[in-house]
Amino acid sequence: MTGRDGPGAKGGSPVAYVNARLLDPASGLDVTGGVIVADGVVADLGPHLARASALAAVGPRGIEAVDCGGAVLAPALIDMRVQLREPGEEHKETIASAGEAAAAGGVGTMVCLPNTRPPIDDPSLVESVFRRARDTCRVRVFPYAAVTRGLQGREMTELGLLAEAGAVGFSDGTAAIADPQLMRRALAYARIVGRPIIQHPEEPALASGAMNAGEIATRLGLSGIPVAAEVIMVERDLRLVELTGGRLHVAHVSTGAAVDALRRAKARGLPVSADTAPQYFALNETAVGEYRTFAKLSPPLRGEDDRKAVIDGLKDGTIDAIASDHAPHDQDSKRLPFAQAAAGMIGLETLLAVSLDLVHNGHLPLPQVLAKLTVNPAAILGLEGGRLAKGEPADLVVFDLERPWRIEERNFRSKSKNSPFDGRPVQGRVLRTLVAGATVFAGNDV
Amino acid sequence: MIASGAAPRTSVSSDALASFRHRHLLGIEALSPDEITLLLDLADAYAAASHSPQRARELLRGRTVINLFFENSTRTRTSFELAAKRLGADVINMQVESSSVKKGETLIDTAMTLNAMLPDVLVVRHSESGAVKLLSEKVNCAVINGGDGAHEHPTQALLDALAIRRRKGRLQGLLVAICGDILHSRVARSNIHLLNAMGARVRVVGPPTLIPTAIERLGVEVFHDMRQALAGCDIVMMLRLQTERMQGNYVPSVREYFHFYGLDRVKLSFAKPDALIMHPGPMNRGVEIDSEVADDVERSLIREQVEMGVAVRMACLDILTRDLRSNAPAAPR
Repeated sequence: MTGRDGPGAKGGSPVAYVNARLLDPASGLDVTGGVIVADGVVADLGPHLARASALAAVGPRGIEAVDCGGAVLAPALIDMRVQLREPGEEHKETIASAGEAAAAGGVGTMVCLPNTRPPIDDPSLVESVFRRARDTCRVRVFPYAAVTRGLQGREMTELGLLAEAGAVGFSDGTAAIADPQLMRRALAYARIVGRPIIQHPEEPALASGAMNAGEIATRLGLSGIPVAAEVIMVERDLRLVELTGGRLHVAHVSTGAAVDALRRAKARGLPVSADTAPQYFALNETAVGEYRTFAKLSPPLRGEDDRKAVIDGLKDGTIDAIASDHAPHDQDSKRLPFAQAAAGMIGLETLLAVSLDLVHNGHLPLPQVLAKLTVNPAAILGLEGGRLAKGEPADLVVFDLERPWRIEERNFRSKSKNSPFDGRPVQGRVLRTLVAGATVFAGNDV
Repeated sequence: MIASGAAPRTSVSSDALASFRHRHLLGIEALSPDEITLLLDLADAYAAASHSPQRARELLRGRTVINLFFENSTRTRTSFELAAKRLGADVINMQVESSSVKKGETLIDTAMTLNAMLPDVLVVRHSESGAVKLLSEKVNCAVINGGDGAHEHPTQALLDALAIRRRKGRLQGLLVAICGDILHSRVARSNIHLLNAMGARVRVVGPPTLIPTAIERLGVEVFHDMRQALAGCDIVMMLRLQTERMQGNYVPSVREYFHFYGLDRVKLSFAKPDALIMHPGPMNRGVEIDSEVADDVERSLIREQVEMGVAVRMACLDILTRDLRSNAPAAPR
């Protein structure tokens, strides 16, 4: 695998990461200690490895030790919603460039949407994503496959064969599966492979506007997307889950109404999960300002009440996961009148830092935030990893929870630079990222 | 500092002109009441002079004004053209939708191309909200918004206000009803901002499908019944309803729309006896307004609106080029 060799990796010499705050959100582990990484897996971990001087007693002879300086050592992030743009739009992002961005953001696994050109709607294309990732990308990549051929919303793809090829779930990308009969059948049919349908929850006919419906849209003369566009689709899909027993995952929840619907569904025990993206709990519609197209997203940034409701959904577990919804766009797609500009923002490199706002602002404890970035998406998609435990893959992130820095466009590794977080001061810096034991990112002073 | 005969400045001092803080005129929302008053006073002076034989001016001699219209318009373009010519400017009209944009040239490309030709003022109309602001960020000259999408049409609101002020003597305290397709109307938005800034009270009335979300947050009262909305009004401002919006999407039919929202004698009788009727044009007679009321010279301000349009646009061109003139040698007489 490209760039995944050297110390700690398979075939390399073992490495000890000492003097770290070990955090495993899956088990609740939160201690000062160290980790020994060997052959790409976590060979040992615990408080007994806190100091390099202890290694002589417990570790292999002459082992290399990396002092983490008290920083957090946790499972690397699993970003369950990333748009890669390869194949077809490599000028915006490639699997390789997204991989660099991911590594710098502490993301060890990207799960990518099928909305490439061509779309990932055939087993051979699933295989090609795995192949390109293996050949060019430093972090792990797992694809979703399309629910419908060509993402056209009409004919179901070969869900079973796509799953056997390695698709971890099914999605029509940034388009909602609008036809209720088709959605019903997809939910039902996907049961044979036990994989979820990932819905972009927007009723398309109501979601034709350019930003959140409300005072700001009215002032700017932009057509609005009402909150109802989201909750109507969520509630419809929940009915279809009841009807079929299929597994539904609702992506990028942006409204309080959808959070409420999901909360009720979970209370009833329906097989449903949900994620949101940092932009939906860190920003609201005022970020649009005077036609800032970098703040044009899908779903749109909502009002302040919705932003707070999303945080409440994260707090009580209604929203299981946080994903970046990384959507690279070049300048030509964004330097347009607002209604014509492409929707979406890049997010791989800001996912962790902006999520940590939840911790610094006292909304959620750190382990709970990390769970939503690691073990929870792993569980939803049946991926290994996302845990810090003996024998687990050594996909790890070391980050300084307190360190302040400023998000700056010029520092993005992503090929595209479209982020409404440009200029935002944040707290929490990735120092090192490991995938399968190999260091795929080391910067920012460690 | 300004050549004599440049503009009748009886009521507008050069200090007042200098107090105008904006490089562009992109909307009314950003203007203060003082700035609006300044523009109206200056326009009023131009209007007073427009019937005199020496109405042609030298103020913008040697200056270039480009009318860049990405959307069809005869009336507004002609009005800007006449205003610029009366100030002595060279005027170029560009109807862009039929040329470069079809070839794939972007708005930004067009802006950069025109910018390289060093115009002094660009007047821009575009069908997308925010497009004129986007363009203004890429050019070195002053930009006047000639209407962007459903956002703003500042010179229309100024000419409406001037027409009202000349007939009623004031804006403060007047009750104004804006009627019809508020949702898609930049004219409505600019008028709401201006009338509120100047102390008038604004009502909007139309079918719920044509009233934008949270419009009351802009400081208006919302009505769906014309009779109630017009009760006690000093001004009845009608809006044009685009024909493509009448075919079952927003309203069921033309005849139903006229029945409920078309201005006729009966509905008008609910307004004050001396209420004035306005329309930004072009009118759809029998759709939003009955010919009988549109053509009533006692009640209709529609002709004055057109006349004031030229004066207001002269004032806007004057004020946005003041720095050019103060930095350059005075224009030759």
